[in-house]
Amino acid sequence: MTEERMNGAALIIRALQDQGVDTIFGYPGGAVLPIYDEIFKQNQLRHILARQEGGAVHSAEGYARSTGKVGVVLVTSGPGATNAVTGLTDALMDSIPIVCFTGQVPTHLIGNDAFQEADTTGITRPCTKHNYLIKSPDDVARVVHEAFQVATSGRPGPVVIDVPKDVQFGEGTYVPPTSVRHRSYNPQTEPSPGKVDEALSMLAAAKKPIFYVGGGVINAGPAASETLTKLVHATGYPCTQTLMGLGAFPGSDPLSLGMLGMHGMYEANLAMHQSDLIVCVGARFDDRVTGRLDAFAPNAKKIHIDIDPSSINKNVRVDLAIIGDCGIVLDQLLDGWKAKKLKADGAALADWWKSINTWRERKCLNYIQGKDIIKPQYALQRLQAHLDKDPREAFITTEVGQHQMWAAQYLKFEKPNRWMTSGGLGTMGYGLPAAIGVQIAHPDALVVDVSGEASFLMNMQEMSCAAQYKVPIKVFILNNEWMGMVRQWQELLHGGRYAESYTASLPDFVKLAECFGWTGLRATTPGELDDVIAKMIATDGPVIADICIAKDENCFPMIPSGAAHCDMLLGPSDENQSSVSSDGMVLV
Amino acid sequence: MQSQTIERHTLSLLVDNEPGVLARVIGLFSGRGYNIESLTVAEVNPAEHISRIIVVTSGTPMIIEQIKAQLDRLVPVHSVNDLTAEGPFVARELAMVKVVGKGETRVEALRIADVFRARPVDSTIESFVFEITGSGEKVDAFIDLMRPLGMTDVARTGSLAIARGR
Repeated sequence: MTEERMNGAALIIRALQDQGVDTIFGYPGGAVLPIYDEIFKQNQLRHILARQEGGAVHSAEGYARSTGKVGVVLVTSGPGATNAVTGLTDALMDSIPIVCFTGQVPTHLIGNDAFQEADTTGITRPCTKHNYLIKSPDDVARVVHEAFQVATSGRPGPVVIDVPKDVQFGEGTYVPPTSVRHRSYNPQTEPSPGKVDEALSMLAAAKKPIFYVGGGVINAGPAASETLTKLVHATGYPCTQTLMGLGAFPGSDPLSLGMLGMHGMYEANLAMHQSDLIVCVGARFDDRVTGRLDAFAPNAKKIHIDIDPSSINKNVRVDLAIIGDCGIVLDQLLDGWKAKKLKADGAALADWWKSINTWRERKCLNYIQGKDIIKPQYALQRLQAHLDKDPREAFITTEVGQHQMWAAQYLKFEKPNRWMTSGGLGTMGYGLPAAIGVQIAHPDALVVDVSGEASFLMNMQEMSCAAQYKVPIKVFILNNEWMGMVRQWQELLHGGRYAESYTASLPDFVKLAECFGWTGLRATTPGELDDVIAKMIATDGPVIADICIAKDENCFPMIPSGAAHCDMLLGPSDENQSSVSSDGMVLV
Repeated sequence: MQSQTIERHTLSLLVDNEPGVLARVIGLFSGRGYNIESLTVAEVNPAEHISRIIVVTSGTPMIIEQIKAQLDRLVPVHSVNDLTAEGPFVARELAMVKVVGKGETRVEALRIADVFRARPVDSTIESFVFEITGSGEKVDAFIDLMRPLGMTDVARTGSLAIARGR
């Protein structure tokens, strides 16, 4: 075969095509013009023009998370790269595979404080899984293929490729993906021998077991979620999900206890606390989940299944660690459970469910919906009712704050990859661009960004992007005029001194929608709500539904910071008893 | 309950000798709040561009375990060996110590250097540069003795270490 020679920019496009990429999210600039020129000359790759580089990365995250594919981003040097940093950090925290190309000043100017120069590899080193500065056109194809391998294998994450402009112009040789293999990076996917058998005997011996599953199951692919569901059914044990794991196990399943953690279900947190065996699959004992560490699940043995060895024993010491791909380990557990004809201890399990059901009886999500003011919980339940009636597949994105937690509590998640939220980093402004990315990947789906008015303002420039590509996303703003979660913490922890958490001079969201060519709707009373949701869903194009909700509603249940996970506030009446310790005050 | 005692560990890493690899290792320590007590880096396999990094760190057993897992997760890191945990190892430091003086102090410096098997690698009428190799404690002791004898400058490496036996 003859060598294929082309310039660096063309090499990038060729490598992306060979990686099966169909969409790039980006924003042009001086240092990436040769790459944009190559994009112009071809029709295989579609470029989606964001309105700010941060938006481009979040869109790519939405695309990646809803498809399981790599999200590809292209931004320019300097400010283009620095604007991308929040999105990259978000993708790192939530293990989302992203390959982000950044332009760079020509090699001979690097270090000269040239126009739009930034030390991109230096800045992004701690917020990427790996990054590259390409020095020669001959390295381009290899680095791109290697980046895809690094981004997708092991625990997925973002990879930055910094490409100086002279490298984009210079000529190099193309190499296909099959010829590239990283020489040192090779994460373990198969569990070590004996570990699965050990886990099976612990599972069979447990009296009060619980599955605690997270985003790792979703990252392992839809088949892993199916295996998990079968395994949970085979054992009859309860299953709770993290914020990132919603959809990994069907939320409507009787064995599901819903989300656990700071704003998780009462029954899920109590079951964790009283369990004698926790089977953690693709989750990481995050501080939102454990509450006060020394009071976390004191009587439980813990099995931790994770592809990332650094997640093991990081916060909580576990009794059995199984390093491997969740999908592979779950397959082996299910096969082993069947082959050994293992059975749960029926009497103990019945007692265990009896306890769980008494906790369920507390109905921790109850609220009172009056006649005049829309409660956010009610708005989400009505939204879910309308989504259920719609024949289209529904995808939900969120911003960050109270509305995010309410969405996690009150919406239903039956399948993986349908729920896109910024979990680890907690990035306000994530939901709108993420929804655009989801809708680009799934043009016929119903994509709803459950939003708060403050988060929405953080990336509202992306409305222009949605209008340009006619992506019919629905932004469901739970508008209480406050940065609700900040206000809630100020109420609970700072004596009700609401410093800077009220947003004065909010825009009229209906008019705002219209000026971007969107449709704007508003509901101010419970009576108007259903009509507005129905109209939002039926409208053929992007919509803002401005849902004016109760301004002072707090998000419950809640584990106050620094408290044990069994020590929950269930509603406003509990607030007075809450005494947050001085140790708890410093926590976020 | 896990031990909260602080242990000192010597870690030996093999890494790709590529730009930024040292920054990645150091950034991991500073970003996650781990300690670096000493660090020594050099290419050991020029044909394959592989460097060895010896890092001496300290922390509770749980932190040490985290440090190793986090280092191993870095893409250009080939291997992480905990010499302290894996068995006996030899560790050495090297220092160059400049002593300026005349007369009796100069003779005394030379005499002590001989006791420590430190070698003069440069000498003028008014100065010596001694090279000393040994454990960190030995180097410390030598430097302490040289200080009152006119020591003006010290350059020293971090710890170099390798496992004993095969």
